[in-house]
Amino acid sequence: MHFAFTEEQAMIAETARAFFAENATSERTRKAMAGQGIDRALWQAFCQELGLSGIAIPEELGGAGLGMVEFAIVAEAAGAQVAAIPLLGHAMAARAIAAGGTAAQQAEWLPAMLGGEVIAACSGSNSVAATGDTLTGSFQFVPHGALAQVFVLRAGAGLWIVRADAPGVSITGHTTMDQTRPLATVTLDAAQGEALADSAAALQAAHEAGWICAAAEALGGAQACLDRTVDYAKERVQFGRPIGSFQAYKHRLADMMIEIEQARSAVYWAACAVDEQSDEAGIALHAAKSFAADTMFMCAGNMIQLHGGIGFTWEHDAHLYFKRARALQTMLGSGNAHREQVATMILGEAA
Amino acid sequence: MKLGFSPAEEAFRAECADWLQAQMAGPFKDIKGISKLTASPERRKEWEQHLGEHRWSCIGWPVEWGGRGASLAEQVIFAEEYARAGVPGRVNHIGIELAGPTILTFGTEEQKQRFLPDIAAGRTIFCQGFSEPGAGSDLASVRTKGRLENGEWVVNGQKIWTSLAHISDWIFVVTRTEEGSKGPKGLTFLMMPIDQPGIEIRGITQINGDAEFNETFFTDARCPADSLIGGVGDGWKIAMGLLAFERGVSTLGQQMAFRNELDEIIAAARANGAAKDPLIRQRIAKAEIGLRLMRYGALRMLSNTDHSKIDGAALTYKIQWATWRRGLGELAMDVLGQAGEVAAGDEYEWDTLPNLFLYSRADTIYGGTNQIQRNLIAERGLGMPREPRGDV
Ligand SMILES: Cc1cc2nc3c(=O)[nH]c(=O)nc-3n(C[C@H](O)[C@H](O)[C@H](O)COP(=O)(O)OP(=O)(O)OC[C@H]3O[C@@H](n4cnc5c(N)ncnc54)[C@H](O)[C@@H]3O)c2cc1C
Repeated sequence: MHFAFTEEQAMIAETARAFFAENATSERTRKAMAGQGIDRALWQAFCQELGLSGIAIPEELGGAGLGMVEFAIVAEAAGAQVAAIPLLGHAMAARAIAAGGTAAQQAEWLPAMLGGEVIAACSGSNSVAATGDTLTGSFQFVPHGALAQVFVLRAGAGLWIVRADAPGVSITGHTTMDQTRPLATVTLDAAQGEALADSAAALQAAHEAGWICAAAEALGGAQACLDRTVDYAKERVQFGRPIGSFQAYKHRLADMMIEIEQARSAVYWAACAVDEQSDEAGIALHAAKSFAADTMFMCAGNMIQLHGGIGFTWEHDAHLYFKRARALQTMLGSGNAHREQVATMILGEAA
Repeated sequence: MKLGFSPAEEAFRAECADWLQAQMAGPFKDIKGISKLTASPERRKEWEQHLGEHRWSCIGWPVEWGGRGASLAEQVIFAEEYARAGVPGRVNHIGIELAGPTILTFGTEEQKQRFLPDIAAGRTIFCQGFSEPGAGSDLASVRTKGRLENGEWVVNGQKIWTSLAHISDWIFVVTRTEEGSKGPKGLTFLMMPIDQPGIEIRGITQINGDAEFNETFFTDARCPADSLIGGVGDGWKIAMGLLAFERGVSTLGQQMAFRNELDEIIAAARANGAAKDPLIRQRIAKAEIGLRLMRYGALRMLSNTDHSKIDGAALTYKIQWATWRRGLGELAMDVLGQAGEVAAGDEYEWDTLPNLFLYSRADTIYGGTNQIQRNLIAERGLGMPREPRGDV
């Protein structure tokens, strides 16, 4: 038992933090928001120069062969800057293919995905029907769906790889509240899919990656909200004092830190539990996803309040965090849904 | 990062569990599951001594002082198994968790020899004399006076809220030893035997009907000149050092006791149908998640070796668990409904869950109230300006 970063993990954290702080600037993110919701140069650099796109993918499949802890470290750093990159769908799809794809599927998709040449998106539906190898129905709210060249899709219990350019695939991008991760509707009309060999393993791997990504991004985002508000609290003067000297203000900052510390425990507990194949992994993932997203929302809401009028402007970054937090709360299962899973584990099914 | 324990550590866990369970099934059956700090004090002192005899009392201490020099992981394991076996809390928790480590860190060789083996053996029970009627959150405003006279410290004044003073052998007191000094300056940390004419203890009844804490009056109370820890005037430094020990490994044992409380709520909810109410389910899930996060927060804090930076997990730990447990008490009552408001017998005495509801109101007060915790977090953790002080 040693629940602290190793030296190598601390180094990855520092590298990732510096990379996103330097490159995922507000200016660049805003350019992405005004465009398609992606900073392509950032994603290319992340995949190629930094080489962190396959951090939790086995080495023999072209990844770095590290685990969910290292992946969480990277996602936390991306979340701290609300980076406009398709990390979530990428990580879910890549892990699904690595865990449940055939050797041919892995060879066809993983190198291109890890190299940043192919963007992947992920989604699931219980109403999409599969007939043989073709799929019909639609997937809603697919993150970065309008930019993807390939989808990993769950239709019922099966997982499928579907090419964006396959006949019968139509994609509609939506103007989305969180412009750093725009959502799309993907409609399939007898579109050709390719089943993943082991859909159960792939689904589990995708869930692990998705929930940890969301939770870790939320953790990074929450911490950034606090850090930026702390800076402002020292600068801004009212009534002849820095606003951070008012106790009501200090206590809200303290409350943010209290939640963030718990969110940090949650994220790295879940990541470790998955890496160590602990039987706590299930509850840890539900805890991390629900707790961290709520924490970021609480912190982002406080960030606006504690900045006053400037926090309500488009110009200030507070709304980027606020909107990202709201999106993270809902996507991949709401907080209530994850807590109901926890309740079922300890209380049995509801009525 | 690694959460799992090694096979050797797991073997140690089995050893702890076997021993503790055997004691609770055998010679100490009568105290198993007691949750109140004040219940069966004599038997629990015997339990302290029994732990000491088998070297299970202070396993993290060096062997020469009655410990086992146990690793952090082993201490974590022991604390967890202790509560899992339904062993009641330690009546000498102030001795083993606060006084002992303070003496170990700041005491002289002679003081170590005098106190540590007796604390480890359960022969010396300690209580904490910090708070006074006029000095609560503002500990630095203590007024109890100490002066050196003919090779002895003579102490006059009053402490209050002194937990378990009525069953303790020794008390450590923060005294003002420099005439006219104010605030943290001029304070000295003294250890005094309780059984003497100059010390009088009067119980104070609490909201749950129990009387765990006391008023402690000092009227020319005495202790030898070498009873001070640190030097004359070092009292504040020692007191602050002592408070830092409050966040040690024992917090994990405390969490296992919380686990037992939450399990009792879960069982009650299942039995009376509350487990089907979606809102109760959400709250139980939140409580479960909160408890797990407390464990991993504590493990982060204990694993942290970089003391150059503020440790956020440690700094936020007190308010986190206190607030969680106060919420647990409220959840317990919502699960129990009115059945929770009726005592089992004629006495004003409460079962575990109603007592949890009442007692947990103290959790957010003692050891630094939630407001004080938030001040500390904002000031030490986030660099916000200090609270202005009045000039009293
Ligand atoms: C069950 C129990 C056991 C205890 N055991 C012991 C013991 O063994 N030994 C011992 O020495 N003490 C003990 N205490 C005392 C405890 O440490 C004090 O009660 C605590 O520090 C608060 O002090 P106070 O009661 O004087 O309240 P006050 O300090 O008078 O506080 C009253 C209210 O004012 C608020 N307040 C005070 N200052 C500030 C501020 N700067 N900013 C914002 N709000 C503020 C507080 O949060 C609180 O809500 C115990 C208390 C309890 C309840």
